[in-house]
Parts: sequence; C-alpha cells; structure tokens
Amino acid sequence: MKFRKVTAAATTALVLSLTATACGGGDGDSESGSGGSDKIKIGIKYDQPGLGLKEPGGSFSGFDVDVATYVAKELGYEADQIEWVETKSADRENALSRGDVKFITATYSITDERKQKVDFAGPYLLAHQDLLLKADSDIKEGTDLNGKKLCSVTGSTSAQNVKEEIAPDAQLREYGTYSECIAGLQSGAVDAVTTDDSILAGFASQDQYKGQFKLAGLKLSNENYGIGVKKGDSETLNKINDALEKMVSDGAWDKAVKDNFGPANYQNEPAPQIGKIVQ
Amino acid sequence: MFDFLSDYDDPSLLGAFWVTVQLTVFSAIGSLVWGTLLAAMRVSPVPLMRGFGTAYVNIVRNIPLTVIIVFTSLGLADIFGVTMGAPDDFDLQGFRLAVLGLVAYTAAFVCEALRSGINTVPVGQAEAARALGLNFSQVLRLIVLPQAFRSVIGPLANVLIALTKNTTVAATIGVAEAALLMKEMIENEAQTVLIGAIFAFGFVVLTLPTGLFLGWLSKRLAVKR
Repeated sequence: MKFRKVTAAATTALVLSLTATACGGGDGDSESGSGGSDKIKIGIKYDQPGLGLKEPGGSFSGFDVDVATYVAKELGYEADQIEWVETKSADRENALSRGDVKFITATYSITDERKQKVDFAGPYLLAHQDLLLKADSDIKEGTDLNGKKLCSVTGSTSAQNVKEEIAPDAQLREYGTYSECIAGLQSGAVDAVTTDDSILAGFASQDQYKGQFKLAGLKLSNENYGIGVKKGDSETLNKINDALEKMVSDGAWDKAVKDNFGPANYQNEPAPQIGKIVQ
Repeated sequence: MFDFLSDYDDPSLLGAFWVTVQLTVFSAIGSLVWGTLLAAMRVSPVPLMRGFGTAYVNIVRNIPLTVIIVFTSLGLADIFGVTMGAPDDFDLQGFRLAVLGLVAYTAAFVCEALRSGINTVPVGQAEAARALGLNFSQVLRLIVLPQAFRSVIGPLANVLIALTKNTTVAATIGVAEAALLMKEMIENEAQTVLIGAIFAFGFVVLTLPTGLFLGWLSKRLAVKR
C-alpha cells in the first residue's frame, strides 16, 4: 500500500514536471518563431576548414563564418544572436525556400541552374578549381595529370570537370569527404586532390598539415561564391550587398582572407565587385 | 522537366542503374557462396569452425556497411595495397572493392537466414542419413541444405532487396552507380525533390519485381510438412 502511494506520488511529480517543461519548450519555440527579431539563422558548412568549420569545442571558424558574422552585424544582429545551421550542398535550395535560414554562406557557387531557385548576393569571393599537391610534387599544369591519380568528392563539380575537360586520362578516385582525399594524399595513394583553391588552402592551413602540401595555382575554373537568399527577398539581398561592399572598403574582407587562408600561401583574387560574375 | 537527363552520358541514368544491377548480382552470388560456407561452419561438429563462424557473423553484421566499404578503399587499397588486380584503374578497383565489402557484409545475413532454414529440417532426417553411413558434408549437401534453401527463399529475398539498396553505399568510394549520379545531378541542377523521386522510382523498379518473383517462388518450392 505504502509502495503504491510512493509510486503514485512519483508518477504525478513526473507527469507534472514533463507537462511543465513541455509548456516551457512550446513557449520558447513560438516566441523565437513569431518574433524573429532576437535571433538570425545562417546556413554554413560544418566540415570545411578555412571556410566553415565546427570546432570540437562547438565554436565556428572560417572565411564564410567571418563574412556571415560581418553581414549579420550590418543587418543588426550581434555575434551572439546568430544561430548557425548546417546546410549541406544538396539541401541548400530547400533550406532557403522553406525559410529555415535567412541566408547561406557555404561555398555556394553562383550558377544559372541555382539562380532559378534562389537569389544570390555578392559574389564575395572568386575561387578557382586547383590542385593540392605534396610539397615535393613535380606536377606543373593540368595536362601533367594524365596518368596520375587524383582525388575529389563524389559528384562534385570539380570531379566532373576533371573527367570531362582537364585530364580525361587521369585516374579519378571519388570519396565522400575531402578529409578522406587528404588522407590519401598524405599516404601517397593519390598524387593530387582537386577542388576550389579556397577549400584546399583551408585544409593545408590546418596545424597538422602545415608545410606538407602546396597549391599548384592552376586556375582551372572560376567559382563565384555568392550568399544565397530566398527567391524574391530583395530587401535582404540589397542589405547584404551593401554589407559586403562595406566589408571590402573598411579592410575587414582582406583581414578575413589573411586570417583563414594565410598559412597555405594562398594567392587570393582581389575582392570581386557586387553582381560581377566571372565566367 | 526531364530534359536535363540528356546532359548526362558518363554515366547515363540507365548506365548508372546498370552498374547498380552489376554490383547487386556479383555481390549476391558472392555472398550466397560465402554465406553458405559460414552457415556450414556454424552447424559443423568442429568447435574451431563453429567459433569462427559465430565470431564472424556477430562482428561483421554489427559494423555499419559504410565503415566496411570505406575501409576497403581507404584501408585495404590505400594503406595495405590490396588493389584487387587493378592497381592502375580506380574505376575497376573501386567496383571490385565495393563487391568485396558488400559480400563480406551480406554473407553474415545470408548465413543467419540459412541457419534458420537448417533448423526447420527435422533432426530425424540428419540422424537417418548418418545411419545410412553418410558423413557430415554429405548429410549437409544431400539432405539438409536442399530442404533448408527451399524454406528460406522468402528471407533470402529480403536480404537480396536490402543488398540492392545497400549498393548505394558504394558511391562513398566513387563507384559510378545510381547514388553517385544522383549526387552529381543534385549538385548541378538544384532540383532535390524531382531527382530524388527519379532515383527512388528506379530502385522500386529494380526491387519490386524481385520481391514479387521470389515471394511466388518461395510459396511454390516450400517443403510442405
């Protein structure tokens, strides 16, 4: 009998606390959902050192993160009001159209197909497809790749470029992530890793790889990184463009490039002009 | 709406699904052979073989397939130099490594399905066969396995369908099958839902007839007791 009483009391307490927390949670959600003025959600990548990386401690670093933080500040949000959301390549258009994020800075190259689904502010960085080589490699130009072993990420634009144009006779291995490719480069299983030079510079700047790799500097393609916003949201688009112009003119842009890509001896392009896409 | 499909010729949509079919067929044959051997080990009178079979099945079926497939390429090929007879052709090497990984993984499930089939064969049959003077492998080969196979066609069909879908994991090591082409298309066309639907439909086309046919076969061939 006593036991039953205790159980009943415990159950009541449990149910009460559960309902209480449920209410609390619900209130919190609806507040941030309807208000929207206290937080801003920004889409980035979590797995690209130098551009967008979630550090083991939970903080975020990279060029995309720095640009997004600057833009958010111009839109009226301090750094602690930013909520970072991971947007993988396949999910970027949907995240914007659903309204999950206000804008996306995630190595998002401006292309005609994508422009049909989203609007782009910027570009804020001109990157080129390039090769990452071992520091003592003798590969000089794209045609040197024929017969060599090359690594890129499954289905990426860079992998397609290699197969179709740059070196059709190269052996291309496609892995799920760039980290796996870098591991292959380090162990000598592949001769080069290819993707945008900004991404490669980010990897080569990581502490554990310093001094081991070099960029070939080939400029095999032009990738205009833009900031994706929801189709038709021209108010945000214009504000972001203004913010980007300000970022370049007050020197914050240069500093962000130096901070994030510096150690890899990355030869960055000058800041691109808003709306000018290099084909 | 579907006109972008003609932009893809290496691999094309049908070509990519053809690679999926090839992966499935080779892996199915391999895992059927290896799975049968494992099942024989698990019911054999030799403790060492029983131990090996049990350990293999319990370890391999609990490792995620992605880990196994990535290991065949990053570990076996890159670090230990196992190139499967194709050191200079990453496409062929990737395909063979993927088949190796899929066989190693799927065989564990084939083995367990088959072992449940062996348990449906009455013990008296094996005893009678022993009494006639047949040895262990003869009992298994002539009396037990033929009946066991007929009773587990249904479960094996499930394993085969799972295998068909599991071949998509081969995309992580760059085998140009359906999932890889899907990634490529989504990267270029920015049409997640439409492209996803096309590939989902492709897999239904592959697996639905398999399931229906093997379901019919299992009813026809089941040993009525």
